[in-house]
Amino acid sequence: MLEIVDLHAKIEDKEILKGLSLKINEGEVHSIMGPNGSGKSTLASILAGKEDYDITDGDILFNGESILEMAPEERAQEGIFLAFQYPIEIPGVTNSYFLREALNSIRKSKGENPLKPVEFVKIAKEKIKNLKMDESLLNRSLNEGFSGGEKKRNEILQMSILDPCMSILDETDSGLDIDALQIVANGVNSHRSPDKSFLVITHYQRLLNYIVPDFVHVLVGGKIVKSGDKSLALELESKGYSWLES
Amino acid sequence: MREELKIDNDQATKEMLEKEEYKYGFVTDVDQEIFPQGLNEEVIKQISAKKEEPKWLLDFRLNAYKKWLKMKDPDWAKLNIDKIDYNKMSYFASPKESPKSLDEIDPEILETYDKLGIPLEEQKMLEGVAVDAVFDSVSLVTTFKDKLAELGIIFCSFSEAVKEHEDIVKKYLGKVIPAGDNYFAALNAAVFTDGSFVYVPKGVRCPMELSTYFRINAENTGQFERTLIIADEGSYVSYLEGCTAPKRSESQLHAACVELLAHDDATIKYSTIQNWYPGDKNGKGGIYNFVTKRGNCVGKNSRISWTQVETGSSITWKYPSCILTGDNSVGEFYSVALTNNWQQADTGTKMIHLGKNTKSTIVSKGISAGQGQNTYRGLVKVNENAVNARNYTQCDSILIGDKCGAHTFPYIEIKNPTAQLEHEATTSKVGEDQIFYCQQRGMNEEDALSLIVNGFCKEVFKELPFEFAVEAERLLSVSLEGSVG
Repeated sequence: MLEIVDLHAKIEDKEILKGLSLKINEGEVHSIMGPNGSGKSTLASILAGKEDYDITDGDILFNGESILEMAPEERAQEGIFLAFQYPIEIPGVTNSYFLREALNSIRKSKGENPLKPVEFVKIAKEKIKNLKMDESLLNRSLNEGFSGGEKKRNEILQMSILDPCMSILDETDSGLDIDALQIVANGVNSHRSPDKSFLVITHYQRLLNYIVPDFVHVLVGGKIVKSGDKSLALELESKGYSWLES
Repeated sequence: MREELKIDNDQATKEMLEKEEYKYGFVTDVDQEIFPQGLNEEVIKQISAKKEEPKWLLDFRLNAYKKWLKMKDPDWAKLNIDKIDYNKMSYFASPKESPKSLDEIDPEILETYDKLGIPLEEQKMLEGVAVDAVFDSVSLVTTFKDKLAELGIIFCSFSEAVKEHEDIVKKYLGKVIPAGDNYFAALNAAVFTDGSFVYVPKGVRCPMELSTYFRINAENTGQFERTLIIADEGSYVSYLEGCTAPKRSESQLHAACVELLAHDDATIKYSTIQNWYPGDKNGKGGIYNFVTKRGNCVGKNSRISWTQVETGSSITWKYPSCILTGDNSVGEFYSVALTNNWQQADTGTKMIHLGKNTKSTIVSKGISAGQGQNTYRGLVKVNENAVNARNYTQCDSILIGDKCGAHTFPYIEIKNPTAQLEHEATTSKVGEDQIFYCQQRGMNEEDALSLIVNGFCKEVFKELPFEFAVEAERLLSVSLEGSVG
């Protein structure tokens, strides 16, 4: 589904990714772990199409096609979703309105009819119930005045409603208490299916107790230095990253 | 204070204004009678004679003209205004055939209103909205007049009111805005041509929205409308005005006066969607919108609420105000002003607290894009006798791109120690991060910007009657088209 090939990227002359390669197939959950500044969030932003970075070498293929020239909304319409590490506030725009606009933009790109407000609300309420979240979330201004945990849960709700095939979670677990963590993990697990893939970026092994990955990769200095199964995460938890830094 | 957002990418905004199209910029080809250019007593007498006015009204005009001659145009606003030559414009323009009924209106003009989305034929009209259509200097037609008359509501053109309801007009004209109030109000009092007149009798709740649609068509002509709305005891009325004008390279002057008067327990809601031609992307042409609007809450428990959405005009100079005379009276001002390309706006309100327990609310949302300059200017004044006066003011500005400006001048004069005032102000940039977030969810940049700006204006839009709130959102999106790229 997603193939990253020898990706080099820099921001303002500082090289952050230095030859990163990764292949994610349908239905797989991959986790990327790594110390601060290793390039984890940069990778997430680049996949989503943020323009601040220069791709100096390599390619990103999605379903076999390069997406480097695609605008962020085109990538989203193709099914790439990023759960933001710091979700953005948009005052005066309700969560419900925002999500309907988003979903209808995606539907429009596929030649489907836009959903009417009533139809949308029905779907949204169903999802919100499954995720055990509060219905009032829909009528609040997008992320405005949300606690850190609410923002992260809201990202998962958005993922569930927009129904992407490739979800990238950028440190969605940071700042969550154990209850919120479980809600987030349940959201992700209920979204798992043979045709949906995940890239879970995290600092901590903790999240991976709930979202069990098929593969764990360690990102150090802009490159994947080690890959393994879920036991690698446990090893990192006890040994830290220093043994992998050259 | 909200978080100062990240500076927008200059690329993201440059093309916005260039792409914008003003879709109401056409001219209606109709045979018109236009007075020769120039302003003097003779012209004023001719206007008055044309309208077969009583002598007291001519005297009112001439008195205002004398005052105006001695006045200087205001220079305190943060506006760059080219010197206006008052002898280089005409003060009266009217289609030659004056229609007695809809059937007699020139089909060209009917088509004009259809194109503007304001059909005048009864069968096509918006349900629940009565319209007075003012074309240059005259009112063409007022719809639903008879239906309203059954309730004792008078809704007609100002000229007709002078003829049919002279005593009421004489009693109230110039009482809220005296003839010599300010330079543009004095000019208006001297040469005003038409506008709307509304009287809602005691205890009547007006069952439909009343609206006036102002259209400038003739070239080199100023539009000077005068509107007077009186809500008698315990009555309620919601009134809306809309404005458009053809695209021309010369600027045209629109200097209106609107007077509102609310008696005991009466409420007047006055909404404006101002979409005059804003000039081209180089700042050429456009309407000078220099307007004096004021309401007096003379009665106890009365309420006057101004809502304005100002997206057009090359220059806007406008401060819809409330004089809170009656005890427990309430004044409100909700404003969205958008300046794009080279547009300038200096707008705000005055809330004058005279009665006890008077309350006022000010919510101003300024949007600047391109080279636009947007100024909020407001006065909250609490007099000696205004015990327990309260005011809440919120001024928010949003900037799109890095060549525009937002300015805020709040003035406060308090003479009673029991007054309570709150003032909040924020300025933010439409953030790259906000736009990216929307894009990541599947929206394109233009839709994202429109969503963000409409969210910013929401507190004001919710004050508009529903159909017009939808129109306002659409207008804002159109005005922002191409602002990211």
